[in-house]
Amino acid sequence: MTLEVDVTVRREAFELRASFEATAGETVALLGPNGAGKSTLVGVLTGIVAPDAGTVRLDGEMLDDVDGDRHVAPEARPIGVMFQDLLLLPHLTAEENVAFPLRARGTSAGIARTSARRALEALSIGERAAAKPGALSGGQAQRVALARALIGDPRLLLLDEPTSALDVSARGRIRELLASTLSQFDGVRVLVTHDPVEAMTLADRLVVLENGGVTQTGTPDEVRAAPRTTYAADLVGVNLYRGNLEPIGEPDAGRLHVAGGGELIASWPDDIPVVSTEVIALIRPADVVVHAVRPEGSARNVLHGTVATIAADGERARVRLSSTPPIVAEVTRDSIGRLRLTEGAAAWASVKAVEIRVVSA
Amino acid sequence: MTHRARSTGVPPGLVAIAVIGVAFVTLPIVGIVLRADWSRAGDVLPSSSTVTAFRLSLTVATAAAIVDLVLGVPVALLLTRVPFRGKTAVRALVVLPLVLPPVVGGVGLLAALGRRGILGGPLEAVGVTLPFTTTGAVVATAFVSFPLVVLATEAGLRSMDGRLEDAARAMGGRRWYVLRRVTLPLLLPQLVAGGVLAWARALGEFGATLMFAGNLAGRTQTLPLAVFEVTQTDPRGALLVALLLVVVSIAVLVALRGRFLGSERRGSP
Repeated sequence: MTLEVDVTVRREAFELRASFEATAGETVALLGPNGAGKSTLVGVLTGIVAPDAGTVRLDGEMLDDVDGDRHVAPEARPIGVMFQDLLLLPHLTAEENVAFPLRARGTSAGIARTSARRALEALSIGERAAAKPGALSGGQAQRVALARALIGDPRLLLLDEPTSALDVSARGRIRELLASTLSQFDGVRVLVTHDPVEAMTLADRLVVLENGGVTQTGTPDEVRAAPRTTYAADLVGVNLYRGNLEPIGEPDAGRLHVAGGGELIASWPDDIPVVSTEVIALIRPADVVVHAVRPEGSARNVLHGTVATIAADGERARVRLSSTPPIVAEVTRDSIGRLRLTEGAAAWASVKAVEIRVVSA
Repeated sequence: MTHRARSTGVPPGLVAIAVIGVAFVTLPIVGIVLRADWSRAGDVLPSSSTVTAFRLSLTVATAAAIVDLVLGVPVALLLTRVPFRGKTAVRALVVLPLVLPPVVGGVGLLAALGRRGILGGPLEAVGVTLPFTTTGAVVATAFVSFPLVVLATEAGLRSMDGRLEDAARAMGGRRWYVLRRVTLPLLLPQLVAGGVLAWARALGEFGATLMFAGNLAGRTQTLPLAVFEVTQTDPRGALLVALLLVVVSIAVLVALRGRFLGSERRGSP
């Protein structure tokens, strides 16, 4: 069982061109920032949005084929959806909501009600069957929406921002529930999210979507190890620079002219020929050293600027320096105090050339 | 509780004008109450002609509201959900009865559906006669109150979260099923509000009914027409009949304010 998507959707000022596959047994996350085209892609999968070109195929069945003039109506698609903002029908009880996909497809009221009740009980929320959505807590509503997505044995389970409606504390619990639900579902599983934590913890494979296009696909580990765009790098907490790497007459180093301004000296990787090459350079924030005064020492890259932000996270803190190019350093909280770092203060950052990972763009 | 000085107050003279305005719209009601011949209330109100007219009014207004809902809700759906050329013109035509003098509506209906009207022949051929019948009174009042249902329904559709209907389709609902199980139930408050407004408007209809359906006691003489007729011979008795309409109107206002136009709000945008 496979979902194969290769579509183009045109809107006035926006074009989505997305191509990806998902196989039964794996969870694929479509991960991207707001405005990347995720909602449009969800619309294409559910059939609410008709693509302008391309195909959507599920288990060999064409759901969309623009050239073949085929568009399967939303109601005829074997897809279970947990919608963004849940979209529980406010005038129906929890049980009626879960029964809705069955009733809509012609199942008799009695059988639909029994199945819905069982589905609610499976997610341990059977006691709220008679409640209207307005009376449910956030977590309860989440479970009802999940039960509704699973009912009727869909071949594709589509979770659209499944935890975005919840506060942070409730997300963890729902994520566990989603993880176990996903692992028990044997059809194709697609998770749409802007939340990197959700994507990394629930998905087997990531499809990174930006500005209407797929910029990277890979396992969470692969994306973590080698993000291809600034967005992906920010997700995994890595500094990323695009630019041209120029030879400087040394055998194992080059000068990177960063696209947005500034330059860095980096080790020349073995697999890139020693000529001017467009590359991506990655720096782990933990490899960046922060100084309150201009550092003396062996590091070949010294950047100077003011501290833009300091974000504490447990014993660690991330310091964003508005240098050229800008850089994020991860330091201990102790050193924040020791270096007297405050937002707006001047500071220096140093990075060794060997700490900069260069990959071809 | 403390009152803070507000920078957006109104000039004192304006308050005086506003008081005159309130008095202006209140005085007629006061007049009816004070000038009505209460001593004859026991004779006039239960009289067979008043009761007949009142009963006919309720029947005609209710039928008109139902006709408006059956025809008006699809029009509102068309205007909000279907893109087509000339939509502005269609909306203007549909809303026109709201501002059109009812008498003009009445002669228009005669010209269209009367015996010598453009559709009079075909209607007669299938055995339907509208002018000067109770059905004709329903048609005339439905015509005049039609925009109220369309406007209320349209407002409801615009404030509705359209994603709920998309979701219902993605969950397997065919268009008719989604309309029946999702759209209309979610619209219920606006449908009731529009229906009640249309009903109230139909109840008070005079001009179009008189032109198209006439003033036949027991068949087309609704309460407003009865008030008009009784006024010719018995002005103070007519005030008692008029008072009936005042009471019904106030009841409608209370119903709308309390339940349908109040603070009730559903869902998130």
